[in-house]
Amino acid sequence: MSQSIVQQSTSPTASAAASAQAAIAPSGVQSVVSDPETTTGLVTGAEILIRSLEAEGVEIVFGYPGGAVIGIYDEMHRIQPSFEHILVRHEQGGTHAAEGYAKATGKVGTVLVTSGPGATNCVTGIADAYMDSIPIVVFTGQVPTHLIGNDAFQECDTIGITRSITKHSFLVRDVTKLAETVKKAYYIARTGRPGPVVVDLPKDMLAAKAPFHYPESVSIRGYSFVGKGDPAMVEKAAQMIAESKQPLLYVGGGTIISEGAERLTRIARKTRIPVTTTLHGLGSFPEDDSLSVGMLGMHGTWCANQAVQHADLLIAVGARFDDRVTGKIAAWAPHAKIIHIDIDPACISKNVPVDCPILGDVSLVLEQLEPLLAEKDTTDWLQKIDIWRKECPLDFDRDGQLRPQEIVRALRDKTGGRAIVVTDVGQNQMWGAQFFSYLSPRTHITSGGLGTMGFSLPAAMGAAFGLRGGADPVISINGDGGVLMNIQELGVAAAHKLPLKVVILNNSYLGMVRQWQELFHDERYSHTDLTPTNPDFVKLAESFGCVGLLCDKPEDIQATIDAAWEVTDRPVVMDFKVITQEKVFPMVPAGAATGDMITVQFNSENTV
Amino acid sequence: MSNETLTPQQLFRKQAAGEAISPEQGESVHRHVITLLIENTLGALNRVANLFSQRGFNLESVSVGEAKDLSKSRMTIVTTGNDRIIGQVLKQLNSLVDTLVVEDVTNVEHVERELCLVKVRCDASERAALIAVVDIFRANIVNITPDSLTFEVTGPPTKVNAFIGMMRDYDLREVARSGRVAMKRSLVFEH
Repeated sequence: MSQSIVQQSTSPTASAAASAQAAIAPSGVQSVVSDPETTTGLVTGAEILIRSLEAEGVEIVFGYPGGAVIGIYDEMHRIQPSFEHILVRHEQGGTHAAEGYAKATGKVGTVLVTSGPGATNCVTGIADAYMDSIPIVVFTGQVPTHLIGNDAFQECDTIGITRSITKHSFLVRDVTKLAETVKKAYYIARTGRPGPVVVDLPKDMLAAKAPFHYPESVSIRGYSFVGKGDPAMVEKAAQMIAESKQPLLYVGGGTIISEGAERLTRIARKTRIPVTTTLHGLGSFPEDDSLSVGMLGMHGTWCANQAVQHADLLIAVGARFDDRVTGKIAAWAPHAKIIHIDIDPACISKNVPVDCPILGDVSLVLEQLEPLLAEKDTTDWLQKIDIWRKECPLDFDRDGQLRPQEIVRALRDKTGGRAIVVTDVGQNQMWGAQFFSYLSPRTHITSGGLGTMGFSLPAAMGAAFGLRGGADPVISINGDGGVLMNIQELGVAAAHKLPLKVVILNNSYLGMVRQWQELFHDERYSHTDLTPTNPDFVKLAESFGCVGLLCDKPEDIQATIDAAWEVTDRPVVMDFKVITQEKVFPMVPAGAATGDMITVQFNSENTV
Repeated sequence: MSNETLTPQQLFRKQAAGEAISPEQGESVHRHVITLLIENTLGALNRVANLFSQRGFNLESVSVGEAKDLSKSRMTIVTTGNDRIIGQVLKQLNSLVDTLVVEDVTNVEHVERELCLVKVRCDASERAALIAVVDIFRANIVNITPDSLTFEVTGPPTKVNAFIGMMRDYDLREVARSGRVAMKRSLVFEH
């Protein structure tokens, strides 16, 4: 076990600040009052935090002020730091924005909130980031150390509340360790399997003074992560791949996190192994490639699920065998041996025991694996797959009614797949996954593990902040239920003139629950009808300073989207009044075997 | 297909489907003793304890105290589960930032001890007989009142169990067990 090594060095920003202060003093005039702080080099904890974020290279902080963190906001006003502070309208929106920023850019998202309710409002976003391995650091205010435990105003046990939903957390008890703690927080958040880190900041620690030194590197005893895989296991995997007749790559979000998508694509094309992706794996392999069988799992394609059920080898790459992927686990992939490449030892053999576990960073393991793989002849297997592909393609009825799938297809056609699509949770999420073709990594962002309604709008906003000036539009796809859960962030996006494209697939119902009620609960639509309470989304958008557009028939889809794309200086909200009855198919009912999919035949004149 | 050639996941599926498998392939539940070195902070202890409830693992006993290096704590955990669950326990414990060393000592040569205090109601007339029994266990008398005796017994958990079992024949009033502490016999890590 390595010992803690903390190299400390004076940060260039700190010395720059010192020299700037020196420059302000008029030359030749003896300063009457010598400022003891300048001479001793002591600064407040609040300033240490800000300088640390600058030194860490933070670009954007999503935050909301309050009593416990007012000192930080005061110093921010004085210092005018190099990072931008975005005032969100709800702390949950802030955490999702940080997640969207992190997913779109690959950098660590940063959130700053006050104590008590500020912290508890972040809980959903932190849990979401934990489930989906998203690197964010959340700084929460806390009551002064001497009041902790006294039920003080706006006090809550933030560390305790977030313990099981963080990768790690820190309560700062010593201002001299604040800079080092910030460094550790970012280091832990982004390395290994990424995840959220909470840093709880008692108010007295922000007022206390200490010298500022930002360490260049930290190492934490007890924390380590793997890099390359065991060469013997990689060799075994290569041999298993060579011997397999019906292999299938099962690709998850870990491939995108480790920047391994390009390498994966090369391997698949060289070996002619078909590829299925998880929800988070969308974009790791171009879906317009003939080797792509689409997404697998509960609402995956018939083709992908049939391929899983008939494969003799599954190569799981940065995926975690989630229950929405496997369904009834005993009946899943009954003929397959399994190779599992993952960075998290706890993920390996957690749900399904594997034959060849390779513990390592996906990108590095694929780099080891690539030269060991020869070209393969999988023609027979690909022919079988082609039959499944044609048996039951993703499709929808075209009968003159406005259907959500057609809207998603139109968005794909408008952008040519070159867009960042951020979906919410429920039917809109599945249609967004099924009908938009994802071609490259970090173009699909969603709340997969936790399934957080209200995720899309703030996450899309965070992504748009991270990608400002980029060519590809950011599209937020929502249902009419979820979009209201964080609608307040529209105001933030409007204030910053973000050209967000906000799509509401408005069926006046909590559609996915309605679908289950229709299919599995004898059409008892208990508390899923939103018709009586839904607002006028066009007026709502306009009241936030956005453009609102309404579309209620299929022939207007194109014109609506074209009009939305004309707007470049503010968000556009498109309210598509889709039919209520539309359901997501195909479907593996919860707990059923993957082979038992519900499929439907569509009345389609022209198959897309 | 005979059982010998089954892959682990085929075996798992058979089991999940409720099919019969030979006993040596079954994942029977065993008691495991896990020793840890963790950071000597309240947060670290909380995180370890929290993990067991968060992940739904069994927790039979926990004991914790300062290690040789005062910046670390030595923890002994007794848990039960099949091999797959114990594997998860060890991996999840390892993934905590505050854990420094995690080791399943169940199948390694090790010593285990537990301390137990037992209070028995007993007046002067019964004392001699009770003390004669207690002496067999080499238990110490740590307190005496006109109507009670409190014993301290130390040893492997089996001995402690046997002692408490014997005391149930008397007027047993109170039991306090420390939980197990364990240490490997060999000099492998010194902390």
